[in-house]
Amino acid sequence: MADSVAVAAETHGSQQPSSPQRGGFKARMLAPGLLRAAWATVAMAAFAYGLVVGLRAIQGFPLFDSAPIVTAILLAAPMGFLVGIGGFDYWFKYMIGKPTEPEDHSGHGARSWRDYFRVNTDHKVIGIQYTVTSIFFLLVGGALAELVRAELAAPGQQIVSTDTFNGLFSVHASLMIFLVIIPVFAGLANYVIPLMIGAPDMAFPRLNALSYWLLPVAGIMMMASFLVPDSGSFSTGWTAYTPLSSNAPLGQQFFTIGVQFAGTSSIMTALNFLVTIITMRAPGMTFWRLPLLVWANFTTSLLVVIATPFVAGSQFLLLLDRALHANFFDVFQGGETLQYQHIFWFYSHPAVYIMVLPGFGIVSEIISAKSRKPIFGYRLMALSLLAILALGFTVWAHHMFVSGMFSWLRVPMMITTMLIAVPTGVKIFSWLATLWRGVLELSTPMLFCLGFITMFTLGGISGIMLAVIPIDIHVSDTYFVVAHLHYVLFGGSMFTIFAGIYYWFPKMTGRMFDERLGKIHFWLTFIGFNATFAPMHWVGLEGMPRRVADYAEQFAGWNLFISIAAFGLGLSTLVFIYNMIVSWKWGPPAPGNPWRAKTLEWQVSSPPPLFNFDEIPQVVGGPYEYGVPGAVHAVLNGEREKVPAGAGEAGGNGHNGSARQ
Amino acid sequence: MLRNPFFQVAMWTLGIGAALTVIVLNAGWLPAVASDEAGKIDTFYDILAVISCFIFGLVSAIMIVSVIHFRRRHGDMSDGEPIHGNSRLEVLWTSIPTALMVGAAVAGALLLHDIEEPQASTQTVRVQAQQFAWTFEYPQGFRANELHLVEGTPYYFKMNTGDVIHSFWVPEFRMKKDAVPGITTTVRVTPTRKGKYAVVCAELCGLGHSTMRAPVVVEDQQSFDRWAAQARKDQSTVGGQSEPSFK
Repeated sequence: MADSVAVAAETHGSQQPSSPQRGGFKARMLAPGLLRAAWATVAMAAFAYGLVVGLRAIQGFPLFDSAPIVTAILLAAPMGFLVGIGGFDYWFKYMIGKPTEPEDHSGHGARSWRDYFRVNTDHKVIGIQYTVTSIFFLLVGGALAELVRAELAAPGQQIVSTDTFNGLFSVHASLMIFLVIIPVFAGLANYVIPLMIGAPDMAFPRLNALSYWLLPVAGIMMMASFLVPDSGSFSTGWTAYTPLSSNAPLGQQFFTIGVQFAGTSSIMTALNFLVTIITMRAPGMTFWRLPLLVWANFTTSLLVVIATPFVAGSQFLLLLDRALHANFFDVFQGGETLQYQHIFWFYSHPAVYIMVLPGFGIVSEIISAKSRKPIFGYRLMALSLLAILALGFTVWAHHMFVSGMFSWLRVPMMITTMLIAVPTGVKIFSWLATLWRGVLELSTPMLFCLGFITMFTLGGISGIMLAVIPIDIHVSDTYFVVAHLHYVLFGGSMFTIFAGIYYWFPKMTGRMFDERLGKIHFWLTFIGFNATFAPMHWVGLEGMPRRVADYAEQFAGWNLFISIAAFGLGLSTLVFIYNMIVSWKWGPPAPGNPWRAKTLEWQVSSPPPLFNFDEIPQVVGGPYEYGVPGAVHAVLNGEREKVPAGAGEAGGNGHNGSARQ
Repeated sequence: MLRNPFFQVAMWTLGIGAALTVIVLNAGWLPAVASDEAGKIDTFYDILAVISCFIFGLVSAIMIVSVIHFRRRHGDMSDGEPIHGNSRLEVLWTSIPTALMVGAAVAGALLLHDIEEPQASTQTVRVQAQQFAWTFEYPQGFRANELHLVEGTPYYFKMNTGDVIHSFWVPEFRMKKDAVPGITTTVRVTPTRKGKYAVVCAELCGLGHSTMRAPVVVEDQQSFDRWAAQARKDQSTVGGQSEPSFK
């Protein structure tokens, strides 16, 4: 590894700015990029269309049936896009025995904004691609939520039909889960983790690029479902329970297939993180010296590679049911209805942790740096992540307490569910203990972290209520659940995402954001969030079911209040977007380490050099040694001589005093 | 004493916890108690909610006091005390929540057992769900689209669905169960309070999901009998509705 870094550092010096693709019309059409992606997508769609019509002609079926044609196009066109954009070029050349292009790092780094619209193998570019794409989908998903709230502002029908309404909340949830929270964490981690562990890049840069380009495919597919004539978008919720989804109109196919692309992207990224974290740590970076963000993403990646194949499987079986009448879930043909829910939740409960553990990591980083104190109970913090990982796979059926499944499973699932509160509580108390007697700097990232701790505690508390079967029997499938999941995913995950984006914004863009606007954004979000989601607990307890386009008169007052608050919450996001855009373009240049943090990503310039480190760092201590006189996390270029003799050796064994509790 | 941060945490915890407790216990967010089970569930909910208020109070108290006491003064570039952990404290905040959780889970399991325990002289009403209506078949051998129940009588609802998953829920009874294609699910309720309620479908079942409701009337035996006689007569005159039973 040390050799590869040395090579990388050498080539870095002789780096040539690659000239944009020039040449004749033919050369431009054949060069990897959006142009080739466009015609390849159309070509594959045409091929799929021809194939289906041709096969139907041979079979003597009526030629034009939209369902099989659209299904084939949804599977084929993305392949055209991915090949066209250049995601497979290297491997294709390798496969057919052509000489592969020697790695000249021309696909590395971004020299203009155009480079963000190409296949790029630089983890820093990919990190920004991921993050910006996710924020785009956040705005789309948020707009859908505002439409949902507009419809629910009063009883009766306001602006959309019931069918559209069901589509709005279904696409809202799918985008927020698969295109916002999961990938934005992958994006931040993509940017930060190689830097944090002292690596020049991810282990598999080309795989990394391909993972990213699967995302827009999934997102555009889900959004495009609104364009399906007659049927509209998928409207069975993001859970897509059978048999409702098996018999749903064509729009459902856009979810069933879209999830495959999002899921594949997740799995490939997770494998990449695992290999990177296991094999590419700088010398001296033992597991007990890893920053907790790295621990969090390590755990999350394990969750993803184990769990995500199950959601892919559930949707694949559903696809076979829908397209080929395989009848896995059709009771009248020998299938089993509840089987779908078991497979689905075997992914989708761990998915909750996939959507929050990276946030735990972000919060640990920020709280330690902004309290100027070591993380309290570092090892227990890391171990509690692993406890959540293990317990996370033993609780899926708590989503099914009223589903009619075999009843003995309920009590064991209740116990395991409630036990997850223990490692989670350990984390919350450790963060609080880290604050205690610190020197707290209440800047924007820190405010979002403190907001996260309180809001996530509330989400955890309502989660415990939902875990108690007799209470769950009353409140499951009500607005109480809607309130709970938003406290966990918005008050939890989204707050950490905002915290992380603000925290690493200087590192990613080389500019400082506007602190005052950041604080305004926090307070608007915090107040708007609570005003929107707290009353949902009450209407849920009172008896308002979720996923309804219309409701009883008794809930009218609170729903109007919630809708107004939701519009305010939506507007607060505009402050964030404005701050990000203006600061990225005109913000004051950021120093290498504006937060005086100890982790490695802050020890290089902002933004970091093309290959992160000119020379591989030597890690000699824990990542959070604030206030420890003379403590050093790592030594970088040329500083090696200054380190007292023996410090390097002590770093190798992983048991030195700095990481001890 | 008053300036001691630990004392302040205790005060804030009590203050926030007590304030939230007052709100939670007096807000009346839960609907009317109309079944035997509802009362027991509400009591359990109240206890859990009050404990939760103080747990949330503790978390926010520590945060508030930290923010007030340990906030960075302008120009202060110092670090905090390098406290790496405290094993005793960590054991404490692992074991106490574990005990609390196991206790709550055991109490929850006992309550579940209690509310699901079979009762003597239980009446069985078959519930047929379909997009987007409920039909009820009574032991007396007739069907209706209204659910009439006798106050104080334990009921079993046996549920089937002809199409997709629905969920049978009467908020005032606090009981809910999905109707699932291919299997028969059951839920047990003892209505205890006369009045008019509604069966609400709680599982997304398609376009008419939000309108899939049926009236529920809890009444005494006499008015039930009167209604049942009338319903039976209606059914025989309407005709065509007299297929023997659900599949």
